[in-house]
Amino acid sequence: MSDPVLAALNLNKSFGALKATDDVSIDLMPGEIHAIIGPNGAGKSTLIQQICGGLQPDSGLVLLGGQDVSGHSTQARAQAGLGRTFQISQLCMEDTVLENAVLGAMGAGRSAWRFWRAALKRSDLRETAESALERVGLREERGTRCANLSHGQRRQLEVAVALTLSPRAFVMDEPMAGLGADGSKRLTGFLDDLRAEAPILLVEHDMDAVFALADRISVLVYGKVIATGTGDEIRNNPEVRDAYLGDEA
Amino acid sequence: MRLDERYINGLMIAGLLALPLWALVADQPFTITLMTRAVILALAAVGLNIVLGIGGMVSFGHAAFFGIGGYAMGILAYHAQTYTALDLGAFTTEGTKFMPVIWLVAMITSGLAASFIGLLSLRTSGVYFIMITLAFGQMFFYFAISWAQYGGEDGLSIYVRNDFPGLNTLMPIQFYGICFALLCLVLALFARLQASPFGLALNATRQAAVRVETVGLNPMRLKLLAFVLSGAITGLAGALFADLNRFVSPTMFSWQLSGELIVLIVIGGVGRLMGPVIGACVYVALEHFLGEITDFWHVYLGVILLCIVLFGRGGLIGLLTGKEGAHV
Repeated sequence: MSDPVLAALNLNKSFGALKATDDVSIDLMPGEIHAIIGPNGAGKSTLIQQICGGLQPDSGLVLLGGQDVSGHSTQARAQAGLGRTFQISQLCMEDTVLENAVLGAMGAGRSAWRFWRAALKRSDLRETAESALERVGLREERGTRCANLSHGQRRQLEVAVALTLSPRAFVMDEPMAGLGADGSKRLTGFLDDLRAEAPILLVEHDMDAVFALADRISVLVYGKVIATGTGDEIRNNPEVRDAYLGDEA
Repeated sequence: MRLDERYINGLMIAGLLALPLWALVADQPFTITLMTRAVILALAAVGLNIVLGIGGMVSFGHAAFFGIGGYAMGILAYHAQTYTALDLGAFTTEGTKFMPVIWLVAMITSGLAASFIGLLSLRTSGVYFIMITLAFGQMFFYFAISWAQYGGEDGLSIYVRNDFPGLNTLMPIQFYGICFALLCLVLALFARLQASPFGLALNATRQAAVRVETVGLNPMRLKLLAFVLSGAITGLAGALFADLNRFVSPTMFSWQLSGELIVLIVIGGVGRLMGPVIGACVYVALEHFLGEITDFWHVYLGVILLCIVLFGRGGLIGLLTGKEGAHV
């Protein structure tokens, strides 16, 4: 078997007496979608933050492409190839769709230290940005101010900005959140194809999407991974049914 | 009425060109001096607009850079006019009355000060950033007051305005020309900077710092560079301001001046290319015309400011264009 693209090894994080992350190990193999599910407050966001650099774990390692990035800042991890989307859209609301995508292209091309030629006139940045927008279906909206986008379009833009980075691995925090049934379906189709480009660590509440997409699923409860396996294994795991899924699945 | 922002910008530049020429023909040298003051304050505020308007950092200590620029001019010219040596440790100099060198020294010293102040204060944000920049400004103010070698509280007088090759700088219109040309140059730089990748990234740090980090850029470095550029431009304005008055004193470091620079930008339009210019013209006009009528002219300025903050967040340019945001 090949080496994981992204791996968290024995991560621990406590807030006072609360153990938010309890000896969590999770990995992401090339070409796969690995979903993390769990009830609210299970520590999914805390885990994602430790993987992406917003929070330092008390102990444990984060490896990206086999390289230890545990001590790296968020921006260093992004440069090393981590493409992240947020549960709550983190976009420049006053800027246009294109400008948001160009910002991503700048980060990827490390060209923020250019002071003379207008960012939107640089063809290298524009091409990266526009092709990412094209792929999520936002190219027609490129001149629209982000504040005027619908919720669903903002979710698409989140994904497009991550695409501009051409990352080695995606970490997506509830990309389906707030999308209608239609939007959810379309994004599911899109992520299905995207995994061939770079594997996706997916935190998601939409169980239909998770079971449709995930090659593997890890269930997080009270900061602990109680089970990891394929969709069927998870569905039939009594402990998981007890803790989380109930009769839903 | 909705005007295109480009027309407003063009009109402002045309006005800044035409009015002094009219004053020259009509033999109104004081009007030219008044406009020189407005242009220099505008230049200082364009500097502040980089951090305040694009980067969203409310620096309440930009008087520090204005004052450093002023003292750079004052000290160099003082040694030149008294024929005394200025001992800089590594070497000594006799000072200079040559404007370009003075400007360069003013920009380098204020830029260095900005990198030091920025390095410490940019770790904070919000009210703490405002307070820490204010504190640095006050440190320079009290230092200048007790700096007996260069006049302390009384300041320094420079008897003859500094030289610029080919020009008689004591003629108000010629000195105005120098200041106006520098303002145009810095405005052009500001416009390029705002549209450049750096400007886009800096603008993004104001709106969504987390996003900037997530695409692999360092918000702290972006802000620090903006702060240094900003300080250097405000320092250049300080050197010109001192030259205009042929006088430097600790009041150039006063916190009121830091506040005035913010007020200028808010009046004109935060983050707008010509916001500081319109703000400075309005401010100087009010100061002069209302100041003649009443000593309490600041009250009226306050009312105007209140109206702008309450009803027109985009400043005067926002009111005229009908667009609140500074977006181009």
